[in-house]
Amino acid sequence: MRALRLYLVQRVTAAIMAPLVFLHLGLILYAVQGGLSAGEILSRTQGSFFWAFIYGLFVLCASFHVSIGLTNILQEWTSLKRIAAANIAHTFGMGVMILGFRAVYAVVF
Amino acid sequence: MTTTHKVSIWRGGAEGDYAHYDVPARESQTVLDVVTYVQRHLDPTLTYRFACRVGMCGSCAMTVNGVPRWTCRTHVSKVTGGGELKIGPLANMPVIKDLACDMTEFFEKWQKAQSRFIPTKTRKNPMEPIKPDTPARVAANAGIECINCGVCYAACDTVRWNADYLGPAALNRAWTLANDERDGGWADRLKAVSDHGGCHSCRSHQSCEAHCPNQLNPAASIAGLKRLSTSAYLKGELK
Repeated sequence: MRALRLYLVQRVTAAIMAPLVFLHLGLILYAVQGGLSAGEILSRTQGSFFWAFIYGLFVLCASFHVSIGLTNILQEWTSLKRIAAANIAHTFGMGVMILGFRAVYAVVF
Repeated sequence: MTTTHKVSIWRGGAEGDYAHYDVPARESQTVLDVVTYVQRHLDPTLTYRFACRVGMCGSCAMTVNGVPRWTCRTHVSKVTGGGELKIGPLANMPVIKDLACDMTEFFEKWQKAQSRFIPTKTRKNPMEPIKPDTPARVAANAGIECINCGVCYAACDTVRWNADYLGPAALNRAWTLANDERDGGWADRLKAVSDHGGCHSCRSHQSCEAHCPNQLNPAASIAGLKRLSTSAYLKGELK
């Protein structure tokens, strides 16, 4: 039931990401009211485990979500076999995860 | 003065071209009437399928001006808008010749989805009363008028992209059986429709619903299968 498990992981990660996106957008609307500067952003995020958790969770979900989705897209839109498509997509997903966690680390620590 | 339709019809197999014909216009003329006229009066080598001519058998589906349709119930006036009529074989199936395509895989996928009725009673049992208004029976009734014409299969993007995808018709049938209290084949069918190429491969583009000549909604049936499959998995009924 690999197909079903992948389907579930993709739906669950999407369900987690949706409210996080709204939280992020809400934060932007709130934050820009007094002007937006790097210092202001960092003052809010640095040392905050809450924001580290929120954005870390988003990075984790996004990397899994994009790996599964990109595998499907590559398999359906190109002549790549499933294994080749999965390898490319998982490599891309790993890149998203590494860059994402690096960004989270940079603004929190 | 007799008016004519400018008609292009696919000739050949996978390789071929559209041939052009002038067909006399008639009142209440269907696309199948046009194809039949070409074969009987202009070119007897034209190959196409039909049987009942009244929208019951599902034999005569073709691509008409780029859209998959049942040709026996499609009036020329409704699809040409006074312009030309372009008729080809259904998409997503290999062309055998002209307008006849090979539906073997379409029906094999039907079997692969275990979309056949598995009885739980024998003829020795008394007739089982089926209430028509239970939610399950209402759901089954909504999908049972499929005539296997292949229009949804030809219209489906996922079928075009994913050779393993079982397709809307086979999955719609699986859904009607899932809601049929007389059926006993659900365990095997659940595995078949949940695996690679099954209901979870559907991208919900809903072309099947848009083009089904019987106004069925296979996309909704597939969504139902997704719910059943997911629920069964979470309950541990699907390994």
